[in-house]
Amino acid sequence: MKRQWLASPYIVWMVIFIVVPMLLILFYSITEQTEDGLQLTAEHFRRFIDPIYINVLIRSLALALACTAICLLLGYPMAAILASREYSRKKIMYMLIVLPMWMNFLLRTYAWLTLLERNGVINTVLSILGLPSLDILYTNEAVVLGMVYNFLPFMILPIYSVLSKIDRSVIEAAQDLGGNNITVFRRVVFPLSLPGVISGITMVFMPAVTTFVISRLLGGGQFTLIGNLIEQQFLSSGDWGFGSALSVIMMLMILISMGIMNKYEQENGGGALW
Amino acid sequence: MREVRKTAAIFLTLVMIFSLAACGGGGGSQKSTTSITVFNWGDYIDESVLTDFEKEYGIKVNYDYFSTNEEMYVKLKSGGTDYDVLFPSDYMIARLIKEDMLHKIDMNNIPNFEHIDDKFKNLNYDPNNEYSVPYMWGTVGIAYNTTMVDEPVDSWDILWDPKYENNILMLDSQRDSIAVALKKLGYSLNSRNEAELEQAKQELIRQKPLVLSYVGDEVKDKMVGGEAALAVVFSGEVTAIRWENEDIDYVIPKEGSNLWFDAMVIPKTSQNKEAAEKFINFLTDPEIALRNAEYVGYSIPNTTAIAMLDEEVRNDEVAYPDLDSLDNCEVFEDVSDIIEIYNRIWDEVKAAQ
Repeated sequence: MKRQWLASPYIVWMVIFIVVPMLLILFYSITEQTEDGLQLTAEHFRRFIDPIYINVLIRSLALALACTAICLLLGYPMAAILASREYSRKKIMYMLIVLPMWMNFLLRTYAWLTLLERNGVINTVLSILGLPSLDILYTNEAVVLGMVYNFLPFMILPIYSVLSKIDRSVIEAAQDLGGNNITVFRRVVFPLSLPGVISGITMVFMPAVTTFVISRLLGGGQFTLIGNLIEQQFLSSGDWGFGSALSVIMMLMILISMGIMNKYEQENGGGALW
Repeated sequence: MREVRKTAAIFLTLVMIFSLAACGGGGGSQKSTTSITVFNWGDYIDESVLTDFEKEYGIKVNYDYFSTNEEMYVKLKSGGTDYDVLFPSDYMIARLIKEDMLHKIDMNNIPNFEHIDDKFKNLNYDPNNEYSVPYMWGTVGIAYNTTMVDEPVDSWDILWDPKYENNILMLDSQRDSIAVALKKLGYSLNSRNEAELEQAKQELIRQKPLVLSYVGDEVKDKMVGGEAALAVVFSGEVTAIRWENEDIDYVIPKEGSNLWFDAMVIPKTSQNKEAAEKFINFLTDPEIALRNAEYVGYSIPNTTAIAMLDEEVRNDEVAYPDLDSLDNCEVFEDVSDIIEIYNRIWDEVKAAQ
């Protein structure tokens, strides 16, 4: 009780930089500047219920889901390799996963741009090898590739951290009781690693669904995602009301998905990372 | 619990006092060392010119970039930064004047204004030339790679030809892209008719599957590298593209196009109008204008500097066309009173699949 004051700087920080901005977004989303002054309006939200914008939302969700699924498929085995005791190059491997994160995210995405171009590095190499060229820049595939590349570490690391903490004796016990490798994984290891998987999914899905840089650079403005739409409202149309309404919708969706995840996790008695 | 609240309240007050003090202090120190904040298009100046200005006048230049007029306007309007010199285009200057956001420039402080060709003075967006000093100008047209396009290019229609699917680059800029569609349909690019604008929207959505990408400054790299066959560009880009790839040709389509002027203005946010005027005068100096023209590749309105340009550049039809020959080209007018329609149309084009 006495030590609670220690938290006050953080509370002030969070109020100024998180709570106040969120309230402002909410405020902008439900008000409108008219000739008679500020008025309450639902117009910004109503505008969203247009097939065009709903499609943007669906597209964002679909691409983010695809990215999350691919990250999980790639990331889980990777995390398992990292966590296994037998593997000797663990430290190097771990470094290699973390290393790109020391470089600026924007720079890495720009690099993909030159790699994927028609006359870019990848196609030059392919044509030297006599292979057919790859023409995926400015497509959905390129956007998903960019997302997976950027967000994969966020899937690997939480799973790795949970897997490496699993008590070996639990696995040994399962093996002693006659479980083969598949059964041990299905009935023991995987359920125990679920909290990590759920953190990983959340940490990949959220940035993926809101990204606007990756879709702008690798999608070439062809594939407007909800993040781009919000960016456009604030940076070029200057329609803060609609932009805020879109942000509110986005936040609600993230809150709901977090709620579902949280509930699921509690039922499974997890809660390792958050 | 009550104690916690008290501490929090005291802390909050302290934070506010400190932040206020910090802001006040910041404002004070800004005045003691003269500096100006310049807001220009990306890749639109030889940046060594800025260093020279700093050396000559002892005024520090903070330099910031924008990629469309709309982006510049929103950033200016939202406050935050006190810009001293902006480089908007014609229609945006008209809008800024209308909304009383610009200082009048004291032309006595811009002696180099005399180097500006008379045909670039007193244009419609600033009829008495009180607010702006022209910086560069040009047209909008189609740049095409002659090794990839066999047929003659003379119409906007080619940008809708399925043969060039994924080989077309459009501008990621609201006014410019809508103008292309309006001109293709034979309307004025300053259309205020909602039905015409709707038609333009449909055309752009119909074209979308053929478009490789909506680009900004990167159009240069893309065309140099042969990444696309056709691109909508500002004429000035063509000069720069040709430095590296001679297969690129440029045409102003027969349906007509956009003739544009970018000029320097001083927004009312400027705290140091005198320094801003010095900067504008410096950039209008023929030697400096020449350096910028040779670096950026765009066309300058500075007669004295043009005379110093290479003959080949000076006589280039793309960079320096005869203004009288551009009969079918229109200059953008301010449409800010119906800007919601333009915004909505562009949002919908970008969001469509």
